[in-house]
Amino acid sequence: MQRRIVSLWFPRLAAERSLRARPVDAPFALTLFDRNSERIYDLCPRAEAAGLNRGMTLVHARSFCPGLLTRAADPVTDQRFLRLLARWAVRYCPWVGLDGRDGLFLDVTGSAHLLGGEAPLLDDIKSRLTRAGLTARLALAGTPGTAWAMSHFAEGIANDGENLARIGPLPLSALRLPDQTCTSLERLGIATVSELYNLPRATVARRYDPEVLRRLDQALGDIPEQISPLKDEVSFAVRITLPDPIGLLDDVMAAARRLIDHLCARLDIAQKGARMLKITFRRVDQENQSVELKLARPMRDGERILALFERGVSAVDAGYGIDMIRLEAVEVEELGMRQLDRAEGREKDSLADLITQLGNRVGLENIQRFHPVDSHIPERSFKLVPAAYSSPVPTWPAQRPRPLRLFPPEPISGTGFEPPRRFRWRGRSLSTAEAEGPERITPAWWENDQDWAHGLRDYWRVATLQGQRLWLFHTPQHPAWFVQGEFG
Amino acid sequence: MTLPFSSVFPLKKARAHEICGDSALVFAAASAGLSTGAVVWVSENWRPTVNPEGLSPFCDPGKLLLTRADSQLNVLASTETALRSGAAGLVVAELSSAIGLTEGRRLQLAAEAGGTTALLIIPDDAGSNAAETRWRCTGVPTGQPGLPGQPGPAYGTPRQKDHDSTHWRWSLIKNKIGTLSEWIVRWDAATHRIIVVSEAGS
Repeated sequence: MQRRIVSLWFPRLAAERSLRARPVDAPFALTLFDRNSERIYDLCPRAEAAGLNRGMTLVHARSFCPGLLTRAADPVTDQRFLRLLARWAVRYCPWVGLDGRDGLFLDVTGSAHLLGGEAPLLDDIKSRLTRAGLTARLALAGTPGTAWAMSHFAEGIANDGENLARIGPLPLSALRLPDQTCTSLERLGIATVSELYNLPRATVARRYDPEVLRRLDQALGDIPEQISPLKDEVSFAVRITLPDPIGLLDDVMAAARRLIDHLCARLDIAQKGARMLKITFRRVDQENQSVELKLARPMRDGERILALFERGVSAVDAGYGIDMIRLEAVEVEELGMRQLDRAEGREKDSLADLITQLGNRVGLENIQRFHPVDSHIPERSFKLVPAAYSSPVPTWPAQRPRPLRLFPPEPISGTGFEPPRRFRWRGRSLSTAEAEGPERITPAWWENDQDWAHGLRDYWRVATLQGQRLWLFHTPQHPAWFVQGEFG
Repeated sequence: MTLPFSSVFPLKKARAHEICGDSALVFAAASAGLSTGAVVWVSENWRPTVNPEGLSPFCDPGKLLLTRADSQLNVLASTETALRSGAAGLVVAELSSAIGLTEGRRLQLAAEAGGTTALLIIPDDAGSNAAETRWRCTGVPTGQPGLPGQPGPAYGTPRQKDHDSTHWRWSLIKNKIGTLSEWIVRWDAATHRIIVVSEAGS
C-alpha cells in the first residue's frame, strides 16, 4: 500500500502557545538571549506586519514598533507542548512523529477514510487547530519529504506519482537542505527542485555533499525515510470525578479504594510497585490538597496502601466537599512476582508498614539501620543507612570491647600516661577504681580528619568508684586526657 | 519473702517499663538482646546514637531500627505508632524530659493494643505513674561491690572479653504488681543472658 504522510507545520508555535496562556491585544513577540543580545525568537502576525522578523535584536525591533509587547521564550515548554500536540494527533492515526521543533509527521496510511477521505481529514485537523488558536500549515503526500516541502511552501494534497510535479517549482530550501548549500546552488542558477532534478546526478554527487541527493531522493520516494513515533509513556495515575461533592472520611476512603484497586491492577500488569504515591483532592472551590505517601518498600497491595494513607487523608480539609480525586504513583520501582512465604512474609510486611508509618511522621530518611564499616577508628566503625533503602546486616563483624555510647571527645584534666586518679567530668568528681589499658589506636593518616589531629590515642576502660564506666584516652603526642564514651 | 528475679525480668510483655540511672543503656541493651523480633529505638536526633560495636555483646545491632525524631513530642508519637503496630518485639524510647500521666498512659495502652513491650529510658525521677515497672541501673566497681573506699586504683592490661565480669546494681524502684527489690547482676555474653550475682536485698 502506498504510504500517505501528513506534514503538519506550526509556523508560530512558540508565540501562539504563549498567547493561548495569556492573550494580548498588541504586537507581540517572544525574546531569547542569543549571541550577546535579546533577540526576537517568535512573533505574531501583527508584529510581523510592523516589519519585525525573527533574529532581530529587541532594541532594533522596538525602534520599528514602539508598542511591542514581549515575553521571554521558553523553548523547553514549547517542546513539551509539541509533544502534547503529538499525543493529540494520535486521534487521526497511531503513527505520529516529531519533526524538528515545530512540526509533526502523521502516517495516515489506511486511516484517512475514517474521516471521509484525505481532504476532509486535512480540513478537520485544520479547523480543530484553528479553534485551539494555532496556525497550522499542512500537506499530504506519499513521502515525508514531499509533504514537508508542500506544508512549508504550497499546502495541498499530492496524489501518487505527483511528487515531482508538486515540488518541482518549489525553491531548493523545500528539500530541507542547509542554507549554505542552497545558496551555493542558487549561485549556479539552480533555483528550483526541478532544475536540480534535471542536473546529471554524477555531477551533483561529486560537487556537493551527498545530503543534496539524499534529500531529493527521499522527497521523491526513491529512498525510504522513517518516521519515529513517540514512545508511549506509561503513567500510573488514576482519577475519579464525582457527580456530587463528598466530605466524610469514610466516603473519601471508599473513593480512594476504587482508585487504588485500579492503580494496583495497572502496576500489577507492569510488574512494578509504587514507592511514592500522591493523592490529590480537588474541592468544589477549585482548591487542591494533596497527600504524599512514601513507602518503605515498593508495593502494590491496595489494602495495605490504603491503611497507610488513612492518617494523611484524615488531615485533609474537605471544605465544601471534594469532587475529584486523583491518585498517582509518583515513583515506581520494579517489583516482580514473589514467592509467598507465610509467617516470615507477614512479619516483614508489617515491619515495612511500620517503617512507612514512622517515616511519614519523622521523614523516611530518619528511619535508619546500622551497617558496619571496615575501619579501626571507633567512631567510624559503623554508618547509618536509611532503613527503607537497605536490608538488615545478617551478622555483625567480631567485636572489640567498645562503649555503648560514643560522643565527641570531652577533655578532662589529667597528666601522665596512666588515667588520673581523680577527675571531673560533666560536673561530677569521679575517682578511678580500676583501669584497663592501654589500647593504642593510631589515626588513619590517609584521611584528613581534624578530630584526630592530636595523633595517637591510648584508650583506657576506667571504672569509677561512683559507678560510671568510661572510655578515656590519652594522646601521648600532645599530652591530654579525654572522655570519649560510656560503657554504662 | 523476697521477690524472685525471674518474675520481673525479662520484662513483662505488652507493658510499658521505665529505666533510669547511669547505666540505663545496659539495661536497655540487655532487654533488646533478650527480646524476639525487631527492636525500634526512638531518640531525638541531637542525641548520639547507641554505638553498635558496644551493643553487639548484648544484642545483634542488625535488628535495630533507629528512629531519629526532631522533638520529644515526635519521639512519643513515633513510640506510640511503633507500639501499636505490633511489628516490633521491643520499642526503646530515649526521653529527655519528664512525661505526664497522659503520655505514660497512652504508651501503656498502645503497648497493650500492639502486644509490644515498651522501654522508656528516662532521666532520674522523671517517670510517669502509668509504668508497669521502673528500674534504676548503676554500675558497681568489680571486686568491691557497693563498697567504695579502695586505697588506690588498680591499673591493668586489657583482659579477655569472656572474662569480663562487670557488675551492675539493678534496683526495682516501682512495681505495680509486686514488691520492690534490688540485685547485683552481670551479663554473660557467651550464653546471652543476665546472671544474678547476689541479691542485694533492701
